[in-house]
Amino acid sequence: MADEPLVLGIETSCDETGVGIVRGTTLLADAVASSVDEHARFGGVVPEVASRAHLEAMVPTIDRALKEAGVTAKDLDGIAVTAGPGLAGALLVGVSAAKAYAYALGKPLYGVNHLASHICVDQLEHGALPEPTMALLVSGGHSSLLLSGDITSDVRPMGATIDDAAGEAFDKIARVLNLGFPGGPVIDRYAREGDPNSIAFPRGLTGPRDPAYDFSFSGLKTAVARWIEAKRAAGEEVPVRDVAASFQEAVVDVLTRKAVRACKDEGVDHLMIGGGVAANSRLRELARHRCEAAGIELRVPRPKLCTDNGAMVAALGAEMVARNRPASSWDLSADSSLPVTDPHVPGHDHVHEVSKETASDNGSAAGYP
Amino acid sequence: MLLLALDTATPAVTVALHDGTDVIVSSSQVDARRHGELLLPAVDRVLAEAGLKLDAVTGVVVGTGPGPYTGLRVGLMTADTFGLALGVPVHGVCTLDGLAYAADIDKGPFVVATDARRKEVYWATYADSRTRLTDPAVDRPADIAERVAGLPAVGAGALLYPDTFPKAHEPEHVSAAALAALAAERLAAGEELPAPRPLYLRRPDAQVPKNYKVVTPK
Ligand SMILES: [Zn+2]
Repeated sequence: MADEPLVLGIETSCDETGVGIVRGTTLLADAVASSVDEHARFGGVVPEVASRAHLEAMVPTIDRALKEAGVTAKDLDGIAVTAGPGLAGALLVGVSAAKAYAYALGKPLYGVNHLASHICVDQLEHGALPEPTMALLVSGGHSSLLLSGDITSDVRPMGATIDDAAGEAFDKIARVLNLGFPGGPVIDRYAREGDPNSIAFPRGLTGPRDPAYDFSFSGLKTAVARWIEAKRAAGEEVPVRDVAASFQEAVVDVLTRKAVRACKDEGVDHLMIGGGVAANSRLRELARHRCEAAGIELRVPRPKLCTDNGAMVAALGAEMVARNRPASSWDLSADSSLPVTDPHVPGHDHVHEVSKETASDNGSAAGYP
Repeated sequence: MLLLALDTATPAVTVALHDGTDVIVSSSQVDARRHGELLLPAVDRVLAEAGLKLDAVTGVVVGTGPGPYTGLRVGLMTADTFGLALGVPVHGVCTLDGLAYAADIDKGPFVVATDARRKEVYWATYADSRTRLTDPAVDRPADIAERVAGLPAVGAGALLYPDTFPKAHEPEHVSAAALAALAAERLAAGEELPAPRPLYLRRPDAQVPKNYKVVTPK
């Protein structure tokens, strides 16, 4: 539908420079430039390396997204950008680009929340989000259970990790097993050929008195490392596939169990799973199985939309436009710890004189390409 | 010709408009922690004061540092994106060159030094306000004391370390007005200004992790 908002979204909260373009809930472009290879030898994302890469990649990635979508910049109805949470220096590159782009084109700017974007991206795959939606977000940076009644204004934290993110645990165990970085995909691959029940690794925070929806992966990580070290110390070969499968099973067992329980407790009949770890095949399988058993409809976007990307930011931006949420101000800042309860950062004062004029003539003034 | 110049490589967030002959309007705010918040409103204000809109700009000039990275990138990313959206060229000028130009010294040699934090300075030497003699570098003041001995010096990096730079004086920070005037002069002389590339001068702080740390007690 041509009258749905056409929005470009910019995401730079970690190591992916993402620029996406959507029209309403339709994905038109999803351009990503990743600096992951530059981080591999460090065994984790190096903030300064990521920030430098964002600066270099931004303009070409915007160009690529526009070409892919087959639209021109002046047709856009708004520019959305991840304002937080994320790496401060990395976020600032994206926020600077988005502000300059929106200002130069005379378009409204929407600074949006990275976590809410991870949820909203599912609209591009499965259509409008059911309200309310329970969301399980799992990646190298986050492990959260969130309940959203309206993705543009109402996101409530149900639980989160009290130590490591789920994705971090994958990275660390991959390192102990000498499988390289990032750990998620490689553990998933080895686990497919292993027995998930061969080693009984602990399930963190699942006791009767533990917080119902919080996660902990630190103890699991240590337990797995100890188990491997004991094998090595005894001069035995480490059964990499069984360790990967049993470790992975411990993680996804807890994640899905708590997510389904939260749905039941809150009377929510939809669960969405997002974030990089949502690409994990066993997580998808077990979630499908448990949701089916509980009568909950499961929504998981395709893996490329689960990892950090610009399309998810554009998707939330389009929803902000569609629901008439106020735009952000030109002094929008990058907020590395933006609370999950703030789906976007609305402007705080009047629109500046020049930008108001530019906005009213819709960027079609002479000189715009 | 209408040049929009900006620089965020020093604690100053500075913006200016230059019509090829003169600086029309300029703005400088010193706040090392808020480059990201201050730059766009400053551009908006400067344009409003000149009664112009951004689409009248025919070229963007940006200070390429050296400077503390996070702030430096705000200006570079903003300039690059303006260039993309407006379809105009973006010219890079070394921030130290802008400071040298603002110092207005006919007869050198002299030193320009800015604060590189971590007890270091970004610096270069100049024959006069338009002629740089050395590549920009980052060093501890004590380590370059011999090389800069007896020379006048400008910039916050010089003012911060009087032991090394006893003859330090203003200007403290670069101004976009100087950057714009320098760029306009070079462009008028038919010089090609380089595309903006950040002068980081340091490698990112990152260490390849040592071998995996054992968790089993010995
Ligand atoms: Zn993420």
